[in-house]
Amino acid sequence: MVTTLQNTVRAETGAQYTPVIRIEGLRHSYGSRTALNGVSFDVRPGEIFALLGPNGSGKTTLFRILSTLMLPVGGRSLIAGFDPAQQPDEVRRRIGVVFQAQSVDIKLTAAENLWHQGHLYGMRGAMLQERIAEMLQRVGLADRAQEKVETFSGGMKRRVELAKGLMHRPSVLLLDEPTTGLDPGARRDLWQYLHELRNQERVSVIVTTHLMEEAERCDRLAILNNGEVVAMGTPAELRSEIGGDVIILETSDPESLALRIEQRFRIQATVLDGKIRIERREGHRFATDLVEAFPGEIESISISKPTLEDVFIHRTGHRFWTQGQPEEKK
Amino acid sequence: MAQAAVTPASMALPRVNPLLPAFTLWWRELVRFYRQPARVVGVIVSPLLFWVVIGAGFGSSLKPSAGGQPQNFLLYFFPGALMMIVLFTSIFTMMSVIQDRNEGFLLSVMTAPVHRSSIVLGKVLGGTTLSAIQGLLFLVFAPLIGIRMGLEQFLLVVLITLLVAFSLTALGFAIAWKMESAQGFHAIINLFLLPMWMLSGALFPFSNAWKGIKLLMVINPLTYGSDALQLTLFPEKLGSTILPLWPSIAVLAAFTILVFIAGFVIANRRSTVPAA
Repeated sequence: MVTTLQNTVRAETGAQYTPVIRIEGLRHSYGSRTALNGVSFDVRPGEIFALLGPNGSGKTTLFRILSTLMLPVGGRSLIAGFDPAQQPDEVRRRIGVVFQAQSVDIKLTAAENLWHQGHLYGMRGAMLQERIAEMLQRVGLADRAQEKVETFSGGMKRRVELAKGLMHRPSVLLLDEPTTGLDPGARRDLWQYLHELRNQERVSVIVTTHLMEEAERCDRLAILNNGEVVAMGTPAELRSEIGGDVIILETSDPESLALRIEQRFRIQATVLDGKIRIERREGHRFATDLVEAFPGEIESISISKPTLEDVFIHRTGHRFWTQGQPEEKK
Repeated sequence: MAQAAVTPASMALPRVNPLLPAFTLWWRELVRFYRQPARVVGVIVSPLLFWVVIGAGFGSSLKPSAGGQPQNFLLYFFPGALMMIVLFTSIFTMMSVIQDRNEGFLLSVMTAPVHRSSIVLGKVLGGTTLSAIQGLLFLVFAPLIGIRMGLEQFLLVVLITLLVAFSLTALGFAIAWKMESAQGFHAIINLFLLPMWMLSGALFPFSNAWKGIKLLMVINPLTYGSDALQLTLFPEKLGSTILPLWPSIAVLAAFTILVFIAGFVIANRRSTVPAA
């Protein structure tokens, strides 16, 4: 009963929304290096929106601009109706920020960290004490309130960060790579909490990540590559644009085989990392055709449902993690 | 059934009283200080060490000269040593700005709706409190070398020490804000702040200095702090300094305001490079 009600509310607001974040043609560069090359997108109220992209794609730059730490070179952004470049204080009142870097003071206790944070937002006295207790309760650290943060595990520190960002009840929460360095359990807890926050308090969440499986948990996402949005939509929408399955072939001479496959079946076959990659509806049937058409040439064949990484490859023509970048997909 | 699980996301947004963030940053500075026992020991022991080692070393090698300076160098050096203690503590406490930036704490301060002058005030008052305490602890040694102070003199020394501490801490803040490493900060201290102290009349009096050096001493704001201390502690040597007592204090106060504004301007600037 309750869930149905919530779903209706969400569907309605999704239909006729005013965006809580609007980004129009945002550009930025560090010297001669372009970091953002005309990025535009909207975030709806009460949704979890992911910015997915490899290192150097412009996520952090975008994050810095939205969190008022830096002015963009060109373009405009609006958060809850205010431009971070023009009215930083109005934006600062409304956003909660959780940084990738640790911003808690480890020499202070969890409660002290929140006490200082509350003061920065004009909270004080009994009301502040109540809020500290409430937040520590919610992130499950009520029993460790009086312990110094330096004695905490990585996951606990991250929860203090989250509590810090939420002290002043922001309507928009910005998180930069929030699960970096967390074990799978802590990661799951964090995401569960973000969903609760969205459902119960209708906080809009914008989160940067380089992890496909995290982007899958969001309502919508934008995929960034070299400072440009290469794809945007719900995870299901993005996957469906692949139009079928992804078939990967291993063979001794991929270039020549790819060419012959293209000639024979009139489809696109690309070579990536020495493997042939084909997007095709009803992949299992097509696989049989392939093996029959080129007997003995195919060493291995795999068919899978498209992932967000396939969307990324589809749009950019290269892998998400190119060589030289850390392979930390898991 | 009628219970609403949804709380309003945006509540009333009251203006933040600028003193509250300043207070909280000041308090944090003090808490961090006493949670690091090595720093506490340093504050109490180092004044004694400075004075005994440097002062006694010089004092035995320098014959009491004629001219306007006090009978022995240990006595003359007393205000200079106080200045040095305040200088070092003030500047070094502002290394915490670099640390806050590197550790990330500054990020959460910079994204809070806090006027930038509150940030400067909080940090600088934190450093000022610590260095002024250290400087005033040093006054305990004054009677040992025969300096007698009345209440009025004592209060004047407190005022001058606070001004020197605040201005130097604000200077440290302004320098540290753009620094990325503690090493770079050290380089600046050696190149710029140490000579500033040496040329403040802390080591040798203005009247004995060369012409070129005299000019540097006149434009050095610390000279007026040093002079003000000399004039307060040794009123009988009036006339050997650049300005009388109160004008010296006025120059020091003007310098204090100037560096505070500089710190604010530097921290308040927003640009297309990351602020923290």
